[in-house]
Amino acid sequence: MSRYSIFSLARNAMSWHQNWPRQWRSPDPKPEYDVVIIGAGGHGLATAYYLAKNHGITNVAVIEKGWLGGGNTGRNTTIIRSNYLWDEAGLFYEHAMKLWETMSQDLNYNVMFSQRGVLNLAHNLGDVRESVRRVNANKLNGIDAEWLNAEEVKEFCPIVNISKNSRYPVLGATLQRRGGTARHDAVAWGYARGADEMGVDIIQNCEVQGLDIENGQITGVRTTRGNIKAKKVAMACAGHTSVVADMAGIRLPIESHPLQALVSEPLKPVIDCVVMSNAVHVYVSQSDKGELVMGAGIDAYVGYSQRGSLHVIEDQLASAMELFPLFSRARLMRSWGGIVDTCPDASPVVGKTPVKNLYVNAGWGTGGFKATPGSGWVYAHTIAKDEPHELNAPFSIDRFITGALIDEHGAAGVAH
Amino acid sequence: MLRIECPFCGERDEIEFHYGGEAHIARPHDPDSLTDEEWAEYVFLRTNVKGAHKERWVHSDGCRKWFNVVRDTATNEIIAVYKTGETYEIPEDRKPRQVPPCDKKEGA
Repeated sequence: MSRYSIFSLARNAMSWHQNWPRQWRSPDPKPEYDVVIIGAGGHGLATAYYLAKNHGITNVAVIEKGWLGGGNTGRNTTIIRSNYLWDEAGLFYEHAMKLWETMSQDLNYNVMFSQRGVLNLAHNLGDVRESVRRVNANKLNGIDAEWLNAEEVKEFCPIVNISKNSRYPVLGATLQRRGGTARHDAVAWGYARGADEMGVDIIQNCEVQGLDIENGQITGVRTTRGNIKAKKVAMACAGHTSVVADMAGIRLPIESHPLQALVSEPLKPVIDCVVMSNAVHVYVSQSDKGELVMGAGIDAYVGYSQRGSLHVIEDQLASAMELFPLFSRARLMRSWGGIVDTCPDASPVVGKTPVKNLYVNAGWGTGGFKATPGSGWVYAHTIAKDEPHELNAPFSIDRFITGALIDEHGAAGVAH
Repeated sequence: MLRIECPFCGERDEIEFHYGGEAHIARPHDPDSLTDEEWAEYVFLRTNVKGAHKERWVHSDGCRKWFNVVRDTATNEIIAVYKTGETYEIPEDRKPRQVPPCDKKEGA
């Protein structure tokens, strides 16, 4: 693999950029692997990368029903932050945040990580108290967090409407300055290129149709490209996790919902940070192309259709108009939906399953993108050692039986 | 937007309704006698099926009555609507694809 650098850029410029090598191979599946990862999104590819890099396990296949990074990895609003309330979640997402900070260098791939600051607005006294509590909890866990009053919010993001007469008055906001955005596709591509270089096979257009289990132990997967034997199988298939888990007879505390996002036409720079409002389901940033990238709330019903109802977008835009009156003249360019796998406590499930050597990484709901590197890191550890990393040990399926839930409804960007 | 046929009022837009989750999950008669696993099954575990899904809706901006809908979660097609207390058998061709049983001899 050629390393990307200013010199390789100059060298390839000589040949009109016609001779760049492919970033990863497209191999046919081998008959057997040590580990088969189901799902070539950010989480699955990061897992493969860290399996190879941290644990020396390179006889790995990442199989993907569609194309690499074409699911929620390519559909989310790319917001990255780690300001979660509880110790378990805060430390987990902060671990991911630290990996984001060195990701481009580590992968030799520009993921355009931009620490532009993330505001979480508070609109009523309840929001304010909850937000200040979360700021304090973050600080105790060594996560950067600040509380801004309304005037300070206006100073940080001048286009926010802080009028007291607003439908959703802004009473203040939490600010995580290290939070921001990254180029979502580049994250998938960077991990794919890095994993491929270390020998991982990425097999696209390969749908799992069944799981082979003998004596309570996984032995392989049945796919549209033939049967593949595997010593270990790891699910990283987001919205379709229940469908795959059902093949192993496993029931999960997960429900899949459509989640919609939308972009405006490209505008000149108007907003240089990320603004989120959990209460009214507005989260907005501006892409480097100039589009306003906005997300809506989930559709209430269970669904796999990768599309949602228009009234959800209308509600979201009505709220956005109130908070950012100048958006009223921007035109909506396109909207789309993805399927998010929500857990009852708004925290993920990462760990072992009742079937030996079958692992689950799911339930990220509306906020899985920010966790991509951390999720891959601890999931690779869980698969390699057959026991969870200390950071994901609290995120086992068993917590729904023991009652040790990690309730992050307050810190999750979208209610569900 | 879904168009849902309320069994009492007729077909209306989805915005008149609220979703009530998977149908036919009965509260256990004697919760104290349940194990933690059984309680978790009742409270947290859901079918989350891709295909025909029995679910509850309430016509909150209309007659305010609860009823059941059978909807294909992959296509959003509404297959049937029936009142609370009634039952509905999903036709064979509407049931989710059954995974063939594992064949232990078959290799790659």
